Amino acid sequence: MTEFTPFASAFGGALIGLSAVMLMAFNGRIAGVSGISVAVLPPWVQDMRRGLADDDALWRLAFVVGLLVAPVGYQFAGGTIEQTVSSDAILMICAGLITGFGAVFGGGCTSGHGVCGMSRLSVRSIIATATFMATALITVFVTRHVIGG
Amino acid sequence: MRIAMGFLCGLIFGVGLVISGMANPAKVLNFLDVFGNWDPSLAFVMGSAVLVTFVGYRWVLGRAAPLFDARFHLPTRSDIDGQLLTGAGLFGIGWGLGGFCPGPAYVALPLASFGIAAFFPAMLIGMWAGRASSARLSTTAVGG
Repeated sequence: MTEFTPFASAFGGALIGLSAVMLMAFNGRIAGVSGISVAVLPPWVQDMRRGLADDDALWRLAFVVGLLVAPVGYQFAGGTIEQTVSSDAILMICAGLITGFGAVFGGGCTSGHGVCGMSRLSVRSIIATATFMATALITVFVTRHVIGG
Repeated sequence: MRIAMGFLCGLIFGVGLVISGMANPAKVLNFLDVFGNWDPSLAFVMGSAVLVTFVGYRWVLGRAAPLFDARFHLPTRSDIDGQLLTGAGLFGIGWGLGGFCPGPAYVALPLASFGIAAFFPAMLIGMWAGRASSARLSTTAVGG
């Protein structure tokens, strides 16, 4: 069981929305974590083509560093982060491979399609979000109630 | 400035993920477990994030250009193809198995659990493979 936290969750969600709006207002970019992180991965073909002066890879790297600093800063400020993560290595490796592949192959994840795309009323993003919500629900139903029992 | 703004937005995004509970896979999986120990919290995360972004985008995109770039970089495609459905379908399966989507995976990395140490490198390999497969199928850049 996890506790129902409507207020903390809505507040956290508002911060996510604020970040997405700010990234668009300042840099003119979609705050999609899979799109941002895949652009940080080598080879940096896109940026090499555009020339070294282009700092597209750098703001994305900075975004990723911001994500990594966030929990450390939160804990440093006295916050506690509750976490229960599976210790099944095989399961987590498979989950990571499928999550990463699917997010990039499908052009976005919970942030790019779910938050930014749905907010732009993009049909592609709404369809993508409905699809991954459906397969995620089915996956949890199968692992917890069919196989897991 | 674009780099500083990238960092600031990543930081706010990450704190939002932490406060919302999305960095805890147990909470994500309980949200997805509608027929079990359902925890509807994450509907509030998505709902409020979409609401703020919807209103904010209407204001921001009404302007001529962003502050630190010549133009807004928005996805232009509107077709529904097999690649979108396959990718999104697979993504949901991975999310349902591990309880991590990419944003929370970054936030969970410094918390150094055994599970994220297995998940995170695999996710990057998956993303890399996803990009290679997309590039092979078309020349369209991957957005979002």
